Formats: sequence, C-alpha cells, structure tokens
Amino acid sequence: MRLDLSNRRHWIKTLGAAGAGLSTLGWSAWAQAQKPLTVGVVYVGPKDDFGYNQAQAEAAAEIKKLPGLKVVEEENVPETTAVQKTLQGMISQDGAGLLFPTSFGYFDPHLLAVAAKNPGVRFAHCGGLWSEAKHPRNVGSFFGYIDECQYLNGVIAGHMTQSKKLGFVAAKPIPQVLRNINAFTLGARSVKPDITTLAVFTGDWSMPVKEAESTNSLADQGVDVFTMHVDGPKVVVETAAKRGKFVCGYHASQAKLAPQAYLTGAEWQWITAYKAMVEAARSGAPHPNFLRGGLKEGYVKTSAYGAMVSAAARKNADDVKAQMQKGTFDIFKGELKDNTGKTVIAKGKVLKQTDVELESMNYLVEGVVGKV
Amino acid sequence: MSTATTAWREHAESVLLPVLALLGALLLFGAWVAFGGVSPVDTWVLLFRGAFGDSFSIQNSLQRAAPLMLTALAVALPARAGLIVIGGEGALVLGALGCAALPYGLPGLSGMWGCALVLAAGAACGAAWLGLAGALRQWRGVNETISSLLLGYIAIAVFKHLVEGPLRDPGSLNKPSTLALNESLRIASLPGLDVHWGLVWGVAASLAAAVWLSFTTSGFAVRVVGGNARAARLVGLPTNRLILLACALGGACAGLAGAIEVAAVHTAANASVIAGLGYTGILVAFVARHNPWMVPPVALLFGGFGAAGSLLQRRLGLPDASVLVLQGFAFMLILGSEALRGRLLPAARAPAARATPHVQEVTA
Repeated sequence: MRLDLSNRRHWIKTLGAAGAGLSTLGWSAWAQAQKPLTVGVVYVGPKDDFGYNQAQAEAAAEIKKLPGLKVVEEENVPETTAVQKTLQGMISQDGAGLLFPTSFGYFDPHLLAVAAKNPGVRFAHCGGLWSEAKHPRNVGSFFGYIDECQYLNGVIAGHMTQSKKLGFVAAKPIPQVLRNINAFTLGARSVKPDITTLAVFTGDWSMPVKEAESTNSLADQGVDVFTMHVDGPKVVVETAAKRGKFVCGYHASQAKLAPQAYLTGAEWQWITAYKAMVEAARSGAPHPNFLRGGLKEGYVKTSAYGAMVSAAARKNADDVKAQMQKGTFDIFKGELKDNTGKTVIAKGKVLKQTDVELESMNYLVEGVVGKV
Repeated sequence: MSTATTAWREHAESVLLPVLALLGALLLFGAWVAFGGVSPVDTWVLLFRGAFGDSFSIQNSLQRAAPLMLTALAVALPARAGLIVIGGEGALVLGALGCAALPYGLPGLSGMWGCALVLAAGAACGAAWLGLAGALRQWRGVNETISSLLLGYIAIAVFKHLVEGPLRDPGSLNKPSTLALNESLRIASLPGLDVHWGLVWGVAASLAAAVWLSFTTSGFAVRVVGGNARAARLVGLPTNRLILLACALGGACAGLAGAIEVAAVHTAANASVIAGLGYTGILVAFVARHNPWMVPPVALLFGGFGAAGSLLQRRLGLPDASVLVLQGFAFMLILGSEALRGRLLPAARAPAARATPHVQEVTA
C-alpha cells in the first residue's frame, strides 16, 4: 500500500494543475475505500472459554489481520448498563465505526438504546433478531444454522455408541437449544433408530458445577457419547473424557482438551459474517441487516474427526454433509413426532432451514428423554 | 491533649488511611502490569482517564456506582446492628421480580404513582427476603451469613422459575423475560446526563440511612444493639425488632436496586438482572466500613474501577481480570490499613487514653 501511495504522489507531482485537480477526486475515492476503520467487539464471558466467546474471538483475531483495521475488544461485559457504557465508550473514546456486541442478551434494550443515539455507527449483533419493521437500519444481525453440525455430531455419535444412550447437557429449554438437541437426536437415530438421547437442562448458560454433575450422572446411567449446548463446553468435555466416554464438541473446537475422547464438533465460523459486515462498512455499502447461513454459506463448520472415528461413520457423515452443502438435505421433515407421541410436523411437510416455524421450536423429538 | 485534637486526628486519619491505601494499591498494580510488559505510567493515566478523565468517563463511573450504593446498604445496615448479611444479590433479584410482577396483578398501573408502586413492590420483596434471614437468626438461631447467602440461591431459583414459567412473555423466545413494563412506569435518565435516576435514589438512600443512624434515637439504638446486643437487652431495647428493622431496611435497598434495574434499564425481568451487583455491594460496604456516609464515595470508586477497566482492556489489551487484581489490592490494603488506625499520625498520647472519653460518653 505504501508503494501505491508514493506512486500516486509521484504521479500528482508530474502532472499539471488540471491533472492535480482531477486526481484529488481519485485520491478521495481511494481514501474512502481504505478509510481506517475501528471495530469494537464485546464478549459476555472470557475470550478463551473454549466455547461461545472463543468462537467470536477467533473471528475477531482474523479480521485484526486486515490492513487499516483496528480492533478493540472487551470481555466479561454483563448484559446491564455496563454494556451500554462499553459500546458508547468504544464509539466516543476509540472512534469505533462498527461494533460487534456478541451476546444474545445485549440486543434488547442495550444495543438498541446505543444505536438510537449513534445513527452513524453500525451495529452487528450475533443472534439474528433484526426485523425491518421494528429496528433501525444501522443495526444488523447474523446467525448460523448450527443444528446442521449437531445433526452430523449425531450421525458420528450414532456410529460410535455402544450403549445406544447419548447425553446432551443443555442450558435452557429455549428454541435454539431444543433445535440442537432434536437435530443431534435425529442424526443419531438415522444411524440406529433405537438410540435415545438423555437431555439435562442446567438452567443457565454457565453453570460449571451443574454441568459436571450432569455429565457424571448421565455417565452413571450408561451414556457413552456426550454433547452439549452451554457457553463453555470445557467442563462437559473434560468430565466425559475423564469418565472414559466420547464427546462431540460445540461452539469452538475442544479437541485440544481431550484428543482421545473428542469425536468431532459443531463449530461456528463467524469470520464469514464478520467479513461481510466489515467489507460493507469499509466500502460504504448499505449495512447488511440480516445475515444467516449454514454449512453451505460457511457460517458453521465441523471439527476434524478424532482418530478413533470409524471409516463407516466418517463416510456416512461426509455424505450427509455433502448434501447439506448442496442444500438438498432437510433435517426437520414430516412425519415427525415429539417425545409425548404428538405429531409436530405433519406427514409430507418439509421445513427448510430458513423456515420461521423452526425458530419457535418448543418440543423434544421422539427418542429424547427429557422435558421442556 | 484535648478531645477536639483527638477528634481532628481521627478525622484526618479516616481520610488519610484509605487514600494512602489506594495509592499503595495503584503502585502495586503498576508494578504488577510492569511484570507483564505494560508501562505503569500508561496504565495509571488510562485508569484516571477511564474513570474520571472526561464527562463521558464520569457519567460512566456514576452509572456503574448507582446500583452499588443500594446493594452496599443491604450489607451496611444489618452490619450496624451486628449482623453480617451478604444476601443482597437475592434481595436484588426478588426486587426485580416484584417490580416486574406487580403489573400482572394490577394491570391498570401507570404514571408516577404506578412507578412508585412498582418500586415499592421491589423494595418490599427485598425487605421480606433479608428480614427472613434476620428472623431466622433471632428466632431459630440460624447463622445469618450462611442463611442469607443460601437464600440468595433460592431467590435466583424462584426468579428463574417464575420468569421462565408462569410470568414469561410468550414473545420472548430465546431470552425468557416477563412482560415489559409499560412506558409510563419506566424511569428516565437524569436531565442532560446519560445516567438514570437510580443514582439519585442511591445517594438519597445512603444519606437517609446515614442520618438515621447518626442522628435519630432508633438509629442510635440499632448501633447499640450492634455494639453489644446483650447490653442493649439489659437496658431494655427491643433487640429483635431493631435487628429485624435493620435487615429489612437493608433488604429494601437491595430490592429497590433490582426494581430500578428493571424500570430504568431492562424494562422487564430476565436473567440479565442477575449480574453480581449484590456481591460487589458486599465489597463496597466493607471498604466503606459499613458507614452509610462513606457508601456513595466508595461505590463511585468501584464504579470508577469498572469504567477504567473497560478502557484498560480496549487500549492496552489487558485481560478483564487485571481490574479484579487492582480491586483486590485496594480491598486488601484498605482493610489492612485499619491496623494503622490510631498510629498513623504522631500523637502525644497512646491510643489507650483515647478510650476514656468514649467510656464516659456511654455511661453518662
């Protein structure tokens, strides 16, 4: 870039006055395109939690490498006025032009309050809540269909289980979590239809003691493959490994924590959304208000298979993954029954990933032992 | 030496000790970051700029301090009656719940009186909760420190059960919340500032508590009970009632903090309210030595730590935990500096002589 600049200067010098006038136009367009941008990223927990926040921090570290881009970060920011002050501080003190408040709970009322006061600043929220009717144009949201990866987790788990009992340690019975439990179970039962998933809800996003207790108790009940949906999967992964069980990861890769037990995992690939938001901000294009995607769009990915995953399991999962990447695979389709025997998706009905019906999921599918 | 000089010395010490302790904490913190390869001078400058450097920073610190004043009173008031109650978080959470739940029972609430009622509902819930800890101790002999701490967990469980169950707004899919308070019940920002009215409530409650304890008969009686409950009973003070009163007032403050969080910030009760404000209040109360006059400045100091920590993370890339280290240094040194009380300033007489007029005061 430096070279580019000196060339241009040289060019200006050698040209006459008229030429210089013309080149000013070119110069300002160039400066516009390369305008230094400060990006603020806010995390609700520690950046190195082997989970939700780490997945975001990995994308932030990636965009930090872009030239002319400055990234300011703050971790452990609670969903109170503290986050409003942090966002406003990033704008007033650091001059941020694009903000990534990454926790779901930041959106309403915190992000919306700050966005209303700073119409010139772009806000990119992770969680997918933006709606044209209700929210301002400088706010946008992105999210990924990670249930695809949980389905693949289920396929691998289905091959690797001996006891045909899988364990799912979950935070709260909300639609996003239920969707993951259901996808995981459907994946496993596509391999062996008599598999059951024992689901435990800990009650909150970060409850390390309860997560460990749940894992141990599930292991005592004969569960031999685990997965989870909590903010920091570290505890479940380590506890399951200690009990000699297998585990499928979530949010980020936990392979490092237990290479002998880690089969595969459902990971976010937020860099796709981060890049789209950053590029639009730098080029002055309209703010992308609503970004969504799954494996096909590169919003999620699977962890590399552990060495113990059998060839048959790999092949089965890879086949399904290839279909998902082509967009020809549907996870939720009729006839689908919940675990009380009620039909939740009628025969012949197919729900695409983008279907809003999936966003208000309030049931556990047949094969899940647990209650919403 | 006259009593006046002794009093002057005491006042000077009570200002000097915490100030010196703070300076010590900053020095230690500077050394600590230097080990990590960060310039201590940069750190000090940023700490100051982040906490009190400009109008934005000051408002940032004030906003963070506001709820801490109320949760600190939840510890300080019972402490003056001789109880170590650390269950402010539970009272705050139930206060938030009470505030958000009242409109379910009285759907017509609106306007200033409605707002006063939802805040009062929050305060009442908090008062009942810490009052319960006080009652358990006075009538069942249950240690109040343990019971208030454990009651906090029960409060959070009750809160989650109701917010995610019967009181849940069916529209709140992935973040279970109660129905939002209607517009007219909410608390606005202070005119011209980006700080809500909770700050005024916090300062007013601290001053009211201070005046009560320092200048009223019942406040004095509470202090007597806190000094020696047996002696208080001997002179005929209604010990149980006074202890219960102190606990309930403390709980009311924390409950009010929760209600304000809902009415001024979240608009509905949800898990975001459970952010540890009650626990930070314990630190504030101990550093303020349970003296309500000192609660607002100490809360402001902690608010400042929070605001400064935010800037340290963004500018120097220091982890969030580094501010906790600074807080730890400050907390230790401020409490440790108590050992120097009565010895810091050169005095003509030993501290033992100081006790004489106090004894006379009490016996008189």
